Amino acid sequence: MLQIFQLYVFVLAGFVGFIVIQRVPPLLHTPLMSATNAISGISLVGAIVAAGGQYGTVSTILGFVAVVCATTNVVAGFLITDRMLAMFKGQKPATAKAAAEKAAQAGAGK
Amino acid sequence: MTELTSRDLIIQATYFVASILFILGLRSLTKPTQARLGMQQAAFGMLFAVIGTLLNAHILSYQWIMIGLIVGTIIGYPMAMKVAMTSMPQFVAFSHAFGAIAATIVGVVEYRHMHTIDAMGNMPGMSRGVAAAIGFEVLFGALTVTGSFMAFGKLQELITGRPITFRGQNAFNITLIAAAFVSLGVLIYNPDTTWAFYTLVSLGLFLGVSMVLPIGGGDMPVVISLLNSYAGLAASATGFAIGNNVLIIAGALEGAGGFILSLIMSKAMNRSFANIVFGAFGSAPAASTKAGGPTKEAKTITAEDAATQLAYAGSVVIIPGYGMAVAQAQHTCRELHELIQKKGGKVTYAIHPVAGRMPGHLNVILSEAGIDYGALLTDVDDANRVLASADVAVIVGANDIVNPDAEEDKSSPLYGMPIFRPWTGKTVFVVKRGKGTGFSGVENPLFTKDNTLMIYGDAKGVLGNLVKEIKALDEGH
Repeated sequence: MLQIFQLYVFVLAGFVGFIVIQRVPPLLHTPLMSATNAISGISLVGAIVAAGGQYGTVSTILGFVAVVCATTNVVAGFLITDRMLAMFKGQKPATAKAAAEKAAQAGAGK
Repeated sequence: MTELTSRDLIIQATYFVASILFILGLRSLTKPTQARLGMQQAAFGMLFAVIGTLLNAHILSYQWIMIGLIVGTIIGYPMAMKVAMTSMPQFVAFSHAFGAIAATIVGVVEYRHMHTIDAMGNMPGMSRGVAAAIGFEVLFGALTVTGSFMAFGKLQELITGRPITFRGQNAFNITLIAAAFVSLGVLIYNPDTTWAFYTLVSLGLFLGVSMVLPIGGGDMPVVISLLNSYAGLAASATGFAIGNNVLIIAGALEGAGGFILSLIMSKAMNRSFANIVFGAFGSAPAASTKAGGPTKEAKTITAEDAATQLAYAGSVVIIPGYGMAVAQAQHTCRELHELIQKKGGKVTYAIHPVAGRMPGHLNVILSEAGIDYGALLTDVDDANRVLASADVAVIVGANDIVNPDAEEDKSSPLYGMPIFRPWTGKTVFVVKRGKGTGFSGVENPLFTKDNTLMIYGDAKGVLGNLVKEIKALDEGH
C-alpha cells in the first residue's frame, strides 16, 4: 500500500517536473542541469541515516563515503548554479539600455 | 502504519518545505532574472531537509556524519568556485558521479542492514516492492557512476574523444542489459538472493563503461543529459527503497529534466528517441566518406579585408561552436563585438542547441565573457531569419551545425538535422583551424559556396587579428 502511494508521488512529481522544466529557455539549459543535479544530491538524506545508524563498521564507513560524496554534490551543485545564474541576472536593465542604444545607432547608420 | 511522533512530524515538515522550494526553484529557471533567487531558496530547502534528517531517531552517532558533511563541503566549495565555464560539462559529469555514488552506497547499506541477523537472532528481510526499488537504485546508480566517470574522462581528454568500438559491441551490451534484468527479476522474486543483488551492482558498473565508450565527443550533450536523467532515477529509487518522499520528488524532477534535455538534444541532432533511450547512439555517424572531396576550392580572405567588411557591416551574426570554447576565444569575441557595435553594427549570436559539449554550454561561456544574453539567439528558426538579412555571418569553431547537406543531401548522415543557413546572408566568414572535416567526418559544402570566405587559424588568434585590424582602421582615419 505504502509503495502505491509512493508511486503516486513519483508520477505526479514527474509530471510537475516535465511541465515546469519544458518552459526553461535553452539559454538556461546548463544551469538547469546543474540545478537538478544539486537538488537530487538529496540522496544526502539517505546517506546521513546510513552513516549514523550504527549498522556495523562496514556500513558506517560506506555511509561516511556516501555523506562525503553527496555533500560534495550538493555544495558544488548549488554553488556552481549560483555562479552561472549570477551572470544572467542583473543584465536585464543593461539589456534594455543597450537595445535602445543599438536601435538609435542602427537608425543613425541608415 | 505506525503512529507519528512529533519529531517525525517536524522531519516530514522540513521535507515538505524542501520539496516545494525545489519545485519553485526549478520554476524560477524559466525567467533569467528570477532564477538566482529561486535557486538560492532551493538551496535553503536542501538545508532544511538535512537539518530535519539529523533529528531522525535511527541516528545514534553523529561523529561520522559531521566529519562527512565537513569533508564534502571542503571538496565541493573550491571545485565550484574555481571551475572554468568551458569545463562545465566535465564538472557536471563529475557531480553526477558523486551523487550516484551516494545513491548506490545507500542502496548497498540498506540491503546489508536488512540482511543482517540482529542480536535477537532475527533478520529483518525486505518485501518484494522494496527489493525492486533497491534493485533499480543500485542498477541506475552504478551505471551512472561509471558512465559519468567515462564521460568525464572523455571530456577532460584523459580518454580519446573518438568512439571506441569493437566487433559485437551491441550484442555485448544487450547481453549485459539482459543479464541485469534477469538478476533484477531474481532479486524481486526472492529478495534474500544476495548474489543477485551484488551481480546487479557489478553489471551496473560494467554497463556504464560499455555504454559510454562507443560515444564520440560531439555526442556528449546527449550522454550528459541521459546521465542526468539516470542519476535522477537512481535518487528516486532510493526514495522508494527507504520510504522517503522528498527523495522521490527530487529524483523525479531530475529524471524529468534529463529526459526533456535528451529529447531536445536528440531532436537537434536528428536522432530517433529509441536511439537515445537505449544509449545506442555510438554507431550512427562515421559513415559517408564517399563524398570524394570538394569539387571547388574554398576561397580565403585576409584578416585585413575581413576587418574592413566587419567594421562597415550593419548586422553581424556570430555562430560559435565548441571550437570557440576550446580556443578560449570568448573574451576576444566580446572585444570584437564591442568594436563592431561602436562602429554602428548590430551583433547577435546564433546558438545551436547542440553547440558545445552539453545543453546550453555556449550560452554560459559567452555570458561569462560579459556578452549580454539579450544578444543570444537560441532558436534555430529565429536565428535563420536574422541570418537571411545579415551583412556578415562569422562562423567560429562550428561545422556540422552549418552544413547545407543536412538540408540538401539525403545520403548525408547529417540529413534532417536542423541547421543554420548563414549562406542566405550577404557574406560568410568561416574561422577554422585547418581544412579538416567536422566531428561527424562529413565534408562541408558551405566552405565552397560563392559567398563563403575562409580565415584559417586558431579562433582566438584570428579574432584577435580582426580586433587589431579594426582598431588600425580607426587610426588610419
